[in-house]
Amino acid sequence: MSAENHLSRSGEERLYEELSRSNRVTTRWWYIGVAGLSAVVLWAVAVFVYQMMTGMGVTGLNLPVFWGMYIILFVFWIGVSHSGTLISAILRITRATWRAPVLRGAEAMTAFALLVGGLFPLIHLGRNWRFYYMIPYPNERGLWPNFRSPLMWDAAAIFTYLTGSTLFLYFGMIPDLALARDRSSGWRKTLYTILAAGFRGTHRQWRRYHVASTLFAILIIPVAVSVHSIVSWDFAMAKVPGWHSTIFAPYFVAGAIYSGIAAVITVMAVLRKMFRLEQSLTPKHFDNLGKLLLTMTLLWGYFYFSEFLTIWYGRLIEEWAVLSSYGKHYLPLFAVMVSCNFLIPLPLLCFRRIRRSIPALFVISLIVNVGMWTERALIIVPSLARRNDPFVWHNYFPSWVELSIFAGSIAFFALLYVLFSKIFPVMAVTDIKEQMFHTTDRAMGGVTMASVSHEPGEDET
Amino acid sequence: MKHRWAMVIDMDRCTGCGACVVACVAENNTPTVGEDEVEKGRIMHWLRVARYWKKELAEVRPVFLVVPCMQCQQAPCEIVCPVYATYHDEDHQINAMVYNRCVGTRYCANNCPYSVRKFNWFDHHWEKPLDEQLSPDLSVRSRGVMEKCTFCIQRLRRGDETAGKEGRKVRDGEVIPACAQTCPPGAIVFGDLLDPESKVSRVIENPRRFRLMEHLGTEPVVSYLKKLRGSGR
Repeated sequence: MSAENHLSRSGEERLYEELSRSNRVTTRWWYIGVAGLSAVVLWAVAVFVYQMMTGMGVTGLNLPVFWGMYIILFVFWIGVSHSGTLISAILRITRATWRAPVLRGAEAMTAFALLVGGLFPLIHLGRNWRFYYMIPYPNERGLWPNFRSPLMWDAAAIFTYLTGSTLFLYFGMIPDLALARDRSSGWRKTLYTILAAGFRGTHRQWRRYHVASTLFAILIIPVAVSVHSIVSWDFAMAKVPGWHSTIFAPYFVAGAIYSGIAAVITVMAVLRKMFRLEQSLTPKHFDNLGKLLLTMTLLWGYFYFSEFLTIWYGRLIEEWAVLSSYGKHYLPLFAVMVSCNFLIPLPLLCFRRIRRSIPALFVISLIVNVGMWTERALIIVPSLARRNDPFVWHNYFPSWVELSIFAGSIAFFALLYVLFSKIFPVMAVTDIKEQMFHTTDRAMGGVTMASVSHEPGEDET
Repeated sequence: MKHRWAMVIDMDRCTGCGACVVACVAENNTPTVGEDEVEKGRIMHWLRVARYWKKELAEVRPVFLVVPCMQCQQAPCEIVCPVYATYHDEDHQINAMVYNRCVGTRYCANNCPYSVRKFNWFDHHWEKPLDEQLSPDLSVRSRGVMEKCTFCIQRLRRGDETAGKEGRKVRDGEVIPACAQTCPPGAIVFGDLLDPESKVSRVIENPRRFRLMEHLGTEPVVSYLKKLRGSGR
């Protein structure tokens, strides 16, 4: 790596070609992948239409488990969406020198995970065809949605976040789009010309770009935090034992960042392999992401422990009924959650060798997301299944319909990503270049290390 | 506020016969879903007779808890509905449900501590002669909407209309829900608390009275009478 830190003029072109490989070369595998993913998505759409025509009875839901797989997936995808923008914003603000290759992929992840997650409240509705009743539109009956309902806060927060993170993604992409515009032809040239919005790389433009991107990064953080807090309030505001907890908002935010970082690692490892980005996505980046993941493992463990401890010690009858089901009917889920979220990743991530091994980290990131999915299932289902009156207790298992839509959501996310990486610059070329300009090789003892001098920013002006 | 309807269920009188449930099904066009669906926890009855077993010395006795909608005055279901499909009926002081407005988020059902809200998992059909028994006073609910006990609001409204035409107030006992009308031991007392002479106003003073999950602060208007005895009291 260190030898590559200098960037010569001819190196610049080579770098661009290497990083935009995904846009230029279309392999047979790409078509096969898109076809496969589309097939799964279409199947899920067909299943959804079937559910809509028949009724929610085709799911495994019942009384008292009125919320199941769809809400689990809603929380899961909104959680996954969390890191992208948040990591990218934090890394921008703290000027982490290793951030450049991670930015774009992470930001795109946010936008797509939100798009997928945002579908679930609609899939979940009993009468999806009447979803517009929840939109505040003027009508002759003077009906208005009920803004006392956390579901309305949710809708508002998610739309804000989706708008914000899409703009954030697009804005960060402008210099790269300009770069691509100057080097492409045909419909791509037209598309990039429109999207690049006349960016020519003048000093003034760059200065404004830097100021705006810092502002963007700062503003998106409170939005991200508020979104998952509000998602948690869907539960915490309810009078349901096991849901009604004051710790839920920060706990959900921590959980979201945790699952999000794991998802960033998964996506990065796949991108690196698929588009041969070994030169720019190095073990160093994975090591750093692994450290972040380790931090979040500890934070998540701390939150879960404090939540668990108070319920366990307090032994309020209603809450105890929920908690004790973790040791009975829901023991498999509980065991999977604790091992995948804590017992497995914690010791493994402590080792530098493992953090630097990309396959190992890839597997750990998948394990963490399995664990985080289980965690959401464990929050949502047992609390409903073991609520107040024991006479109504009932268990829940998702039906084939819900499982199909689960598979469809993963395929849809992957499909969006695959299409994005074909059309848009998936690596932040200018950011990588910028970092290289500021990097020199220094001899430190026996080794040569990359040293980053000074980063430009708004203070420069 | 025209009325403050209240219901008192005497658990010491209840025999657990389930006639109230049958009466409710007949009155309110409640669908019968069949064994398989009941097994899945999708029974549509608006009130349930929950049976618990209580050990008193050597004897094991059943305790029947009849649970209709509590018509909470501080209803958790109302605030969480994003579209105001469930709201507080000011005239009758009960929770009303607008089927046509419901989009089926099922949040109200989650937030109901008494689990009395029922969801239409499918469209329901009544086989040929049975469809003749459907009451024209209220709708048959389509798939995807919530429904629940309304204190037979069609009867309450009819009572108001009749009394209004004759220019008088609704007499005590003139309107009662189907369950109270049917109950063989007369365990369900229903009436208006605004009328100090009504039977329910007297019964509600009974020292045996308690309300379900009172600590939640939902202010239910359904209360219960039960004599405390045995080791558990």
